[in-house]
Amino acid sequence: MSPVLDVRDLSVSFGGVPAVREVSCAVRRGEVLGIVGESGSGKSVTSAAVMGLLPPGARVTGSVRLHGRELIGAPARELTSCRGKAMSMVFQDPLSALTPVYRVGDQIAEAVRVHQRVDKEAALVRAVQLLDLVGIPRPSERALAFPHEFSGGMRQRVMIAMAIANDPGVIICDEPTTALDVTVQAQVLEVLKKAQQKTGAAIIMITHDLGVVAGFADRVLVMYAGRPVEVGGVDDVYYRPRMPYTVGLLGSIPRADKGGRWPLTPIEGSPPSPAALPPGCPFAPRCPMRIDACEEREPPLFEVGDGHRAACIRWKEVAPYTLGVPAVYGAPGSARRTPRRAQRTVLEVRGLVKDYPLLKGTLFRRRIGTVHAVAGVDFDLREGETLGLVGESGSGKTTTLTQILELAPPQQGGITVLGHDTARLDAARRTEIRRDMQVVFQDPLASLDPRMTVHDILAEPLRTHGQRRPGRRIAELLSLVGLDPSHAARYPQDFSGGQRQRIAIARALALEPRLLVLDEPVSALDVSIQAGVINLLGSLRARLGLSYLFVAHDLAVVRHIADRVAVMYLGRIAEIGQVDAVYQAPAHPYTQALLSAIPLPDPVRERARDRILLEGDLPSPADPPTGCRFRTRCPKFRAELTGDERRLCVDVEPEVRPLSADQGAACHYAERRDVV
Amino acid sequence: MAGFLARRVLNYAVLVVVAASLAYLLAATALDPRSNYADRTPKPPAAVVDAQLTALNLNDRTPLLQRYATWAAGVLHGDFGRSVGGTPVNDDLRRRMGVTFRLVVLGLVCGSLLGVLAGALAAARQYGWFDRLSTGLSFVVLAVPVVVLANMLILAATWANEHVFGRQVFLVSGEHSDGLGTGFWGHALDRLQHLILPTVSLSVGLIAVFSRYQRNMMLDVLGADYVRTAMAKGLSRGQALVRHALRTALIPVATYFAFTFGTLLTGATFTEKIFGWHGLGEQLINSIFRNDVNTVAAISFLAAVAVLCASLAADLLHAALDPRVRAR
Amino acid sequence: MTLSEEELAEELRDGVVAGAPSRTRLIAGRFFRSGQGRLGFGVLALMFLLAFAGPLVSPWSYLDKDFTAFLQPPSPDHWFGTLQTGADVFAVTLRGMQKSLIVGLLAALVSTALAAVAGAFAGYFLGWTDRTLTWVSDLLLVLPAFLVLAIMSPLFGSGQWPLFVITLALFLWMVTSKVVRGMTISTKEHEFIQAARYMGVAPVRIIFRHVIPNLSSLLIVDATLNVSTAILTETSLSYFGFGIQPPDVSLGTLIADGSRTAVYAPWTFWFVAGLLVVTVLAVNLVGDALRDAFDPSSKRAR
Repeated sequence: MSPVLDVRDLSVSFGGVPAVREVSCAVRRGEVLGIVGESGSGKSVTSAAVMGLLPPGARVTGSVRLHGRELIGAPARELTSCRGKAMSMVFQDPLSALTPVYRVGDQIAEAVRVHQRVDKEAALVRAVQLLDLVGIPRPSERALAFPHEFSGGMRQRVMIAMAIANDPGVIICDEPTTALDVTVQAQVLEVLKKAQQKTGAAIIMITHDLGVVAGFADRVLVMYAGRPVEVGGVDDVYYRPRMPYTVGLLGSIPRADKGGRWPLTPIEGSPPSPAALPPGCPFAPRCPMRIDACEEREPPLFEVGDGHRAACIRWKEVAPYTLGVPAVYGAPGSARRTPRRAQRTVLEVRGLVKDYPLLKGTLFRRRIGTVHAVAGVDFDLREGETLGLVGESGSGKTTTLTQILELAPPQQGGITVLGHDTARLDAARRTEIRRDMQVVFQDPLASLDPRMTVHDILAEPLRTHGQRRPGRRIAELLSLVGLDPSHAARYPQDFSGGQRQRIAIARALALEPRLLVLDEPVSALDVSIQAGVINLLGSLRARLGLSYLFVAHDLAVVRHIADRVAVMYLGRIAEIGQVDAVYQAPAHPYTQALLSAIPLPDPVRERARDRILLEGDLPSPADPPTGCRFRTRCPKFRAELTGDERRLCVDVEPEVRPLSADQGAACHYAERRDVV
Repeated sequence: MAGFLARRVLNYAVLVVVAASLAYLLAATALDPRSNYADRTPKPPAAVVDAQLTALNLNDRTPLLQRYATWAAGVLHGDFGRSVGGTPVNDDLRRRMGVTFRLVVLGLVCGSLLGVLAGALAAARQYGWFDRLSTGLSFVVLAVPVVVLANMLILAATWANEHVFGRQVFLVSGEHSDGLGTGFWGHALDRLQHLILPTVSLSVGLIAVFSRYQRNMMLDVLGADYVRTAMAKGLSRGQALVRHALRTALIPVATYFAFTFGTLLTGATFTEKIFGWHGLGEQLINSIFRNDVNTVAAISFLAAVAVLCASLAADLLHAALDPRVRAR
Repeated sequence: MTLSEEELAEELRDGVVAGAPSRTRLIAGRFFRSGQGRLGFGVLALMFLLAFAGPLVSPWSYLDKDFTAFLQPPSPDHWFGTLQTGADVFAVTLRGMQKSLIVGLLAALVSTALAAVAGAFAGYFLGWTDRTLTWVSDLLLVLPAFLVLAIMSPLFGSGQWPLFVITLALFLWMVTSKVVRGMTISTKEHEFIQAARYMGVAPVRIIFRHVIPNLSSLLIVDATLNVSTAILTETSLSYFGFGIQPPDVSLGTLIADGSRTAVYAPWTFWFVAGLLVVTVLAVNLVGDALRDAFDPSSKRAR
């Protein structure tokens, strides 16, 4: 069978700077090709080049053949007739990818009418059919809604409906689930599978998430510095990688299915700038297996197996990736887990409630209701302990965090930080507590003032709390987080993402706090960089005796770093307990669904897994369901419970009940079950 | 939405009241109607002047707040008082309102439509000849104040009438000629001849402003994901630009309209004065020179109402164009 | 990095680090690389030179009246000709330019500073601070600036032009402050502001140390463009006799006088009008080039 799409030696450069170099790949009907790479690896540029959607000023060479027709250099009319018909695309951000001022149904109908000679009504009917196909409830009604009236997952379904409107031969998905929560991601991937079955299209799945590819793709192409460095069947690449970069990538992912605190193996350094590529193998400067010959010339893709190729001259020596400790990278010394003893409590939250007014419209603002962002949350954090607070967007974890950081009296309930109740704090005491409680945010670029040097950034907390000559301390701090103290005169922009996050951590440590609040500290970083920051946080905790409140949506990261975990759903805690207990045998149906939705970078397991798919969207926090908040989407409520049992769920809101020594779930019918 | 609109209108009403009161108080303090009588020959006796000023509610010997109260009571009944000449301000302004309204609406329509069109064209072919030309021209236009532009137009028109046409094609003073006995078409042509230059002088600046703004908004939108989506569906660049980019880029331009309206009113004032149109703007300048407190306050009131109407119109336009701000 | 590590360590100990001037230099570089920026800057410099050094070379002062030459066309004696009063057009034009430039610069500076502070406070504190400031700026937008300045014009006579500058500035800041307010609200969401708050830095200090510096590109550009707005407003007001009062002259009063005699004595109008347009154009070019230099990704202009 000849490939539907055949890309040969595709290169793209912007103003002489190469973004993509010699990419070759092909997909057949019904096949899924995963393209994996970190940010800046050129994977998105590749997809835009194939679609012919690059901005003017891009120089494209090579060949892209769709059904045997050459697209590079083809006239604009020919490309226009291909796009959306023979080949279509699903973009990353479904919010900005739909025109805000037109109704969703009209936008899909437009895609139909561009390529098919049908009248407006017929196109709309087809649009409603497509919406139904991608699983949008009440499609004929929803077709009349505007994009802003849809949730992220629903918008992505609309994009998929638009992409399959003309039964294309190839669907290119550019990070289609990156902006979505993990349970929604599972739903959308399911829709994509269904769409593929329906149309028989080939799919090119571009992503940075090795887990998504493992379960979804047939073949994988790993990109680094604008070039493919390893191509092959999914099993070959995951179980028998022959390129040290792939090995490193797989080794640096925290796993939700692995207990015990083994240190991750970060890849040293950061990817090269495309404007200044090293002369030899672009990965050589970061490669633990580097020899002099690596720096002579860039290695071609060697045939290392059946349909498996890798760009490394020492591919024969790259040891097969063994689960646990990779052989290629020497693993740093392991840290041990602190047992939960009768230690002092550093943070205690009791019955915390926070409501927001729900405002409508940007122009004509008015209050139409109340968002119950946090509705009664209890947890505590002991000295030297890490509590992971996880939940999807809308779960209230950020509000909880803000409430703690504000140190203001809560609307209802109580917060006790380091022995002080925030409801009874005077200004002086509050300033004092701020010394002992510091915060690290998600986006390191946004959390560092771009107009200040690193020195000034680190000096700010010191000066604020009355230290006149912060010079020496700043040098200490920089070495503590693994940066060169001589870099103090630089600006944050001069650093890479991982280094910036290290600066943010150094700032948080400046006043020798006892409690560190970490708000998604690694989710903006690439996996290879992320591993280094996670390891740093682990070793700092051990050395400085810190307590962490670690807020994240990535359950794998939390399992890796936390001692205890609290899972939030719609402003309430669904399940809380010791990490291994919760991950190995979650008791709350939501935790079970959440854990089962995490894609694992392990193709065989991933294919064999039985996902618990949640239905629909998160209910509005302004109008939560009565009784148990999860019951509207609960698989147990729907399938397992009898009518009488259900009444309890509808009428009574469950409180967290202990199930074992350190595990509790807020479910009337909690039952421990292995799902990962 | 109706309740919401009502609240906004109420808020505007308060603004108008405060603005008009401030204008009255300022005018009553700074202007000196008594000085109008100083150069009269024979000099009227002080008692007569006082009596006349008191009758007009302009006597500076009456406490300011008392004068304000009298004025405000009149305004509440729809009476803006009398001018220094003793004629009712209402009658005078009613006549002039139409003149100004015609000029402003025409200038606004020409200015915004042509500006949006020019801006969209320029953005569609960024760095093309039209983009460069319109950018250059708008830079020059924005550097010319209305007073200079109007005078330049008059000079150019006078020159053209003499040397190109050999007869009066552009008429530079007033809004129509008196004693014309040539029927409807003659009148219409005469009006048009008077209308061209003031309209040009008023709208050229607007065209420049709107074209720049529309161009920038378009350029912002051109890189948007949904324009890419539109092209990925199979729309050509032109179709994607018109159907998706232009439509969305119009939204911020509509709100921008409210900001330009105040400038437009000031521009209309200058234009009327220079071209001898007997509108509100001309009367405003004249009445400041004549120390005509009541007329000044009345015109400020009307100006405030006009500005707020424009901003309300901009809000409604915004809501009409953008489903995201419409309340469901 | 020009500092050697030793020097740096030395400086670190003293608690002062010479901030690398990279950003300023980068922007200046970008500014002067653009033809627009060079042209605008050059012309503007020339205008300043003309306005302030020109009177030194002119044989006539702006107060002199040549009673042998009334309303004469340009000649070697009177480079730009003379007015009806016998005054030298070159001398009075330069005098007018001086005043207009000074008034424009000062008014722009004052209004931008006002806009920055009012906008940042409104956007940062929100609540009633915001409502009050927004209401005041709305009121000033509703009250025609022209009207108030015109009414107050009797107060600007006899060398009271600084009062005129202040009043002018009072009516120029609203739009910029609305923009600053909006940007403050979005800047406030930035985590570095949150970080400073949670560190315990006082709000007013955050505004002056983090918020306003991060809006400096917008403020510089707006200040530049406000210069041209101020010059244009001053001209229009003075044209009708509401701005700069005699015996002071400004470009506006000169254009008003010139437009009356322009038909038969074009030199009384065109030199002044031309210099005004060129000056404002140059200011706008500088502002636009600055905007591009600060934000190379957006190629925009007003």
